[in-house]
Amino acid sequence: MTELGSAPVPPPVADDHVRGPEEAALVIEYADFECPFCAVLGARLAARELRRVFRHFPVRSSHPRAWPAACAAEAAGRQGRFWEMHDLLFADQGRLEDPHLWRRASELDLDLARFDADRRSEEVITRVRRDFESGIRAGVVTTPTLWAGGVLHPGKLEESALIELEER
Amino acid sequence: MIEAGTPAPEFKLARAGGDPFTRADLAGQTSVLVFYPFAFSPVCTDQLGLYDEVRDELAARGATLYGVSCDATWSQTAFREQLGISIEQLSDFEPKGETCRAFGVYHPGGFPQRALVIVDPDAVVKWSYQADSPGDLPGANLIFDGLAG
Repeated sequence: MTELGSAPVPPPVADDHVRGPEEAALVIEYADFECPFCAVLGARLAARELRRVFRHFPVRSSHPRAWPAACAAEAAGRQGRFWEMHDLLFADQGRLEDPHLWRRASELDLDLARFDADRRSEEVITRVRRDFESGIRAGVVTTPTLWAGGVLHPGKLEESALIELEER
Repeated sequence: MIEAGTPAPEFKLARAGGDPFTRADLAGQTSVLVFYPFAFSPVCTDQLGLYDEVRDELAARGATLYGVSCDATWSQTAFREQLGISIEQLSDFEPKGETCRAFGVYHPGGFPQRALVIVDPDAVVKWSYQADSPGDLPGANLIFDGLAG
């Protein structure tokens, strides 16, 4: 049975999606690709010197295409292009239907047959669910939620808070 | 609000089709009553959508989720359908808030507090929680903690 009781946000593990300089302050984003506030926060984080970990937190009732988009990003990741797909998804949240996902996969020169098989695979679904469950256990209730310095910051984040994170 | 170890009070709520849901319906299963302020309000929308994502894990523990508000059954049904969720809705519309009062979760503003009550198969409250403010959304992890406790 899946354990979903309270637990701290897990530290980054080998197959987490991480970018940014190793020496920079660590932040962990719980986000989904259909969430406009996540796109905005992602852009603001990108402008700062931070080490970012991206974790999926798709909730179907709020964002029906968040799950397929998360699986598409994971499938791209299996061909080494997670962050590129991440950026393409956030760049145009009005186009997240399957043909739009295939178009992005083509733009990234992915093996389309493999991409399509991977994004529907049990392994990818389990991987997305793992992120979601770690968020549930940590008490994440909305997107975006940023973990930094042992504290969860749900929702929009003041610029001053971002600057403070960067300077840690 | 009602505390752990207290037998659930007698109450009567309305199911979507108008049939009653009473204390007798709690017997023989673990029930998670999710009292929420208003159908279609932003935090309630997020809350029910989030909890619906862990419905299978709750079912694996023998627990059934119910949403309880003072909205009319028609409003609750529209809310559930709009969200595309499966959590059964129970209405405390008339006499308004009577069940909420029985559980000690009626807000003076005329709506349910944001509260969670787990009732065991013997109809005794196993765990309860009320958010500090109706605007606070309790994480789903708290329900699993309550079930395990």
